[in-house]
Amino acid sequence: MAWEAVLLLLIVVAGTSGELCVTRAMKTIGEVKDFRPAALFRVLVRAIQVPWMWLGIALMAIAFFSLLGALSVENVSFVVPVTALSYAAGALGGEFFLGERVSRRRWFGVLLVCVGVTLVFIGRK
Amino acid sequence: MKSISELHLKTYIMIFFVVLFAPIGNVLLGKGMKVSVGEVNLHSATDVAQVALRALTSPFIWLGIGFLLLFFVSYLLVLSWADYSFVQPASASSFAVVALLGHFALKESISPAHWLGIIVICLGVLTVGNTHPRTTEHK
Repeated sequence: MAWEAVLLLLIVVAGTSGELCVTRAMKTIGEVKDFRPAALFRVLVRAIQVPWMWLGIALMAIAFFSLLGALSVENVSFVVPVTALSYAAGALGGEFFLGERVSRRRWFGVLLVCVGVTLVFIGRK
Repeated sequence: MKSISELHLKTYIMIFFVVLFAPIGNVLLGKGMKVSVGEVNLHSATDVAQVALRALTSPFIWLGIGFLLLFFVSYLLVLSWADYSFVQPASASSFAVVALLGHFALKESISPAHWLGIIVICLGVLTVGNTHPRTTEHK
């Protein structure tokens, strides 16, 4: 029971913080304005030199393998809809880790997405 | 004013790529695992090597990886200018893409609760889409 909760926590927390770190890395690169292949290639080369990128990718890998683990365990895959909480965690992280202004309207949209994703998971049974 | 609409436009285009490439990549990987790899039983090192060999020689798996790479690059690019709290919920429209592809291309049956979830997700995405894609200061 305890390690099942750990798996779910890892999926939500490691997955979301991984994406937040990756976002932080891209924000240090700055807005991409040139979409020609050579310019995009240079952006990617710069991106992989930012430590936040590697921390983010490592966290996302942990979340990915936790998800694989959870899906293979019957009584955990039943609670996988809990991962819809990632959207709420993402909005919180955006606000406090990245300094984004999450307005009431955006929060309401995030909440709808959480509910909708949960319904999709339940409806797939 | 002009730069604001340009920002919106390129954000929407990138999110369109994100929600298109991710499901295509996942479907191809899933097909590759079923068609090329088959049931996985990892009892010995030979089993692991065989599964790895079958996966790495599958065109579906490579095509899937290619689409997931395209997805990740589009995701990185849009996050270079747009809020994470905008892009993440907006990307949930991929659930609608998956359901529509499954329904029309693969003739899968989609339960009423599943459709209801898709509708609620779309309402959420529209609500988030009505906020400004970037709320942080930039140089």
